This record gives sequence, structure tokens and C-alpha cells, in this order.
Amino acid sequence: MRGMTPPVLDVHGLSRTFRLRSGPVHAVRGIDLAAERGEILGVLGPNGAGKTTTVRMLATLLPPSGGRAVVASHDLLADPGAVRARIGYVAQSGGLDPNCPVGEELVTQGRMHRLSRAASRVRAAELAADLDLEDLLERPTAALSGGQRRRLEIALGLVNHPEVLFLDEPTTGLDPGSRADLWDLVRRVRHDHGTTVLLTTHYLDEADALADRLVVVDAGEVVAEGTPAGLKDRHGAATLQDAFLAITGRATDTPATV
Amino acid sequence: MNRLLADTGVIFGRSMRQTLRSKTALTFGMLQPLLFLALMGPLLAKVDLRTGGSSWQAFVPGLLVQLSLLGGMFVGMGILVERHVGVIDRMRVTPLHPAAPLLGRTLRDVVQLVVQSALLVLLGLAFGLRAPVAGVLLGFVFVGLLSAALALLSYGLAMNVKTTPEFAAIANTTVLPMMLLAGLLLPMTLAPGWLDGVSRAVPFRYTVDAMRHLYLGEYADTTVLTGLAVTVGLTVVALWGGLALFRRSGRTP
Ligand SMILES: Nc1ncnc2c1ncn2[C@@H]1O[C@H](COP(=O)(O)OP(=O)(O)OP(=O)(O)O)[C@@H](O)[C@H]1O
Ligand SMILES: [Mg+2]
Repeated sequence: MRGMTPPVLDVHGLSRTFRLRSGPVHAVRGIDLAAERGEILGVLGPNGAGKTTTVRMLATLLPPSGGRAVVASHDLLADPGAVRARIGYVAQSGGLDPNCPVGEELVTQGRMHRLSRAASRVRAAELAADLDLEDLLERPTAALSGGQRRRLEIALGLVNHPEVLFLDEPTTGLDPGSRADLWDLVRRVRHDHGTTVLLTTHYLDEADALADRLVVVDAGEVVAEGTPAGLKDRHGAATLQDAFLAITGRATDTPATV
Repeated sequence: MNRLLADTGVIFGRSMRQTLRSKTALTFGMLQPLLFLALMGPLLAKVDLRTGGSSWQAFVPGLLVQLSLLGGMFVGMGILVERHVGVIDRMRVTPLHPAAPLLGRTLRDVVQLVVQSALLVLLGLAFGLRAPVAGVLLGFVFVGLLSAALALLSYGLAMNVKTTPEFAAIANTTVLPMMLLAGLLLPMTLAPGWLDGVSRAVPFRYTVDAMRHLYLGEYADTTVLTGLAVTVGLTVVALWGGLALFRRSGRTP
């Protein structure tokens, strides 16, 4: 049935220019992307490639300078409200109130998605059980470890059963064990709910292990696209690291563990 | 409209819980006016401030306006922190009404500042303030309106500056001259003509004058009505400005 359903995520020529006093910064220069229901799309690219800018545009946080996009089956520009109700967004920099207890943060997120008080409490309990946060509910978020914090942030992004989940560098700064846990979590979310996941990462092993399809961006443009295996084949590379080097002409900034 | 009210309620609840958690913020906000009350009030006890009534009846309303002015102007610091850690972005990626994060927080600030004002008045009683109950209660309406106006502007500003020092610099340099010119600690009845004239350009002057009349038991004279009109007008302008600034911050990175 692949290709029969309209893509949940369909992006055409999306661009964004920041106008600074020092001159314009063309952060994103006409990106095309598509993903189907239940697909995990990995976005790779060196620092400053435009990954965060792209995700922020798709999450309705930043108005694009040009292009159009369908996100969670709704037009990004015409109906951002409908998009917001159907997506989850986990920022590169988290977004937790340091003094707020974990449980309260979860319930409030439900309320912000217009769940009733009772329904938000139920949803918070579900997510806490699902993401292994049950023993942490009373703790202020500032007292969480990096891995626990990421789990909470993802739980917040899942409160509304999103059709599309955006994860901006979800495993940066996590130890190998926590990263593996997070991969399992992402796979489980996709498996259980058919959620489409767009995640950005600098880790090539992560991209290789987790993503169904990869998009490599550099200087605001898509420079390569395909399955991890396809990309390796196309560049005659044994590892994704070699393929990435061949595509962008440089290594990723974080030491890759491939 | 119902949506806006419900969403504002959600943010109000969240903000109120934040406030109740941080007991330090609550006491710190109170500390400054308390010090003025305890350490400066007695100095004025025997001074004739030429406002009619006792010096406490002129001094306490001034302190209340100062509390809402300073308290309101610096609430933006809190939202700056939330902006920088990404809480605001997280809220913006929900179906929440776009004005709710501003209005819910402002409502919290109004409640907080009115409660702090009430505590200050109670302490004032212990020091020797005597004023009619109706006047004191009506005074809280002015405190509430003024707090709302300043909080709205403060949030609007905080959402549009780049750094915390930038916000602090702008807030400090606007609030200090305003405070002095409004005649909050010492009324403008003592001022030379030119200063009195300049002070009439500052809206808070009318608020504090009206409150002083309320504390004297005059409820409907021109000073009170002018003060009410100016304060309501200021709040309406601040609401419009705050919403516009908040919207603007969503369009710029
Ligand atoms: N608010 C902004 N104002 C001006 N320029 C910006 C702004 N945000 C991003 N940029 C610029 O746009 C470009 C893309 O940035 P972006 O954050 O999207 O990159 P990224 O791929 O996410 O990088 P990283 O891997 O470091 O997170 C960079 O050159 C950056 O300096
Ligand atoms: Mg980034």
C-alpha cells in the first residue's frame, strides 16, 4: 500500500532567510521532504545546516520565507492551529520549567491541549507508566538526569497522540545506554501508534539504526536522500560515516561511533 | 471567547502554582515596600505632606503604587527565563489561544500584587495608618489595574528583547524616573511648580493622587475620577500593546 495514502508530511521548497544587520542569512534554501504514516525520517547535517530552522518552521514556530508544507495532513500556512493540535515537538533545548514537578508538567501539558482535568490526569498517568517516569512524578524537572529529562520531554510531546513527532537532536548528551533506550522508545511509539517521526541527529549510528529514510542537508539544501543502505551503496561506502563524508565533504562535528 | 477564558485559566493555574512554589520571590517582592514602610514611614509621621489627613494616608497609597509599578515592571524577568529554556515555544506548539500565555500570567501577577498590597495595608495599620475601609478596598481596584498594565507591558518587552541585561536596563531606566516623577514616596503637593507640571505627564501621578483621596474618604471627586480614567486608559493601552508585542515575538525568531 506504500504510496497509496497521501503523505502525512509533504514539504515543497521550504525556505527561510534571517535578515540581520550584518546581512541576510539563508538558513534554509528550498527544502523538499515527504514522509508517510509511521515512517521514521532522519535529518542529518553539520552544525548550521538548517535542521533546527526547518523543524521550527514545520512545528509552526517560525514563519517560512517561502515554500509550502502539509504537516499532519493539514496545510502549515493555511491552518497552523490544526497542525499544532496534531503534532508533538521536542526542541533541541528541551523546554522544561526547572522548578515544576514532573507530574504537574505532564498534567498541564494535557490541559494546554484542551483535555479536561480528569482526562489530563489519566493521560499523564499513562505516559508516566509508558515512559518509565512513575517514580519521578514528585521531582522538580531540574533534578532529573539527562536521560530522564529527555523521556519527560518526549512524554510532553506525546500528550496529544500526535500524528507527527518532531525530535530535534533527541539523544545529544546521553550516555550509550540512555540512547539505546530512547531508540527503543521511538520505535515503540511508531509501532504502537503509527506516529510519523522526524528526528535530527549528528550521530550516524543512530541514523543508521533508527531511521527508515535519511535526508542529508547542508547549507540549507537537501544534498542527499535515501535509505541508510541506499546511501551507503550509492557512495560505495562501507559505513554511513564514509557516505556522509562523501556527500558533505566533511565529518560530522560530534565524534561518530560507527 | 470561551476558549480564550478556559486557556487563560490553564495558564493562570500553572503560573499561580509556580508563584506559590517560589516562596523567595514572594517575600523578596514584599521586602522593599516593607522596608520603606518600617524605616521611612515613621520619619514622615509628624510631617505635614499637605495632602489633608495623616501622613500615613498619603504614604501608604504611594507605597502600594510603587509595589505595583516595580512588581509589575519586572515580571518580564520570569518569562525571559521561560523563553530561553523553551517553555514558551512548547506552549506555542499547542492549540492554546495565542493570547492565553500573556493573559494567564498577567492575571496571576494581579492576584499576587493585590494580595501583597493587602498585607502591606495590614502592616500599615500596625504602624498607625487609619483610613476608611471602603477607600482602602477601592484602592485595591487601582492596584489591580495598574499591576495588570505594567505586567502586560513588561511581558511584551521581555518577549522582544534579546538578552536579560537588555531587559533589565530598559525596565530600570524607565521605571525609576516614573516613580520619582509620580510623587510616590513624597507627594507632589510639596513640589515646586515646574516639577509638579512635569509630573502631570506621568500617568501614575493620577493613580496615586486618586488613591490618596480614597484613603481620605473622598470617593467621587474629580481627582478620583480622573485617576480612574487615566488608570483604566493605561490598562487598555497596555493590553493592546502587550498583545501586539506578544504576537510580534511569534513572528520574529
Ligand atoms: N534566529 C536566528 N537569527 C539569525 N540566524 C539564525 C537564527 N537561527 C538560526 N540562524 C542561522 O541559520 C543557520 C541554520 O541554523 P540551524 O540552527 O537551523 O542549524 P542546525 O542544522 O540546527 O545546526 P546544529 O546542528 O548546530 O543544531 C545558521 O547559520 C544559524 O546561524
Ligand atoms: Mg539544531
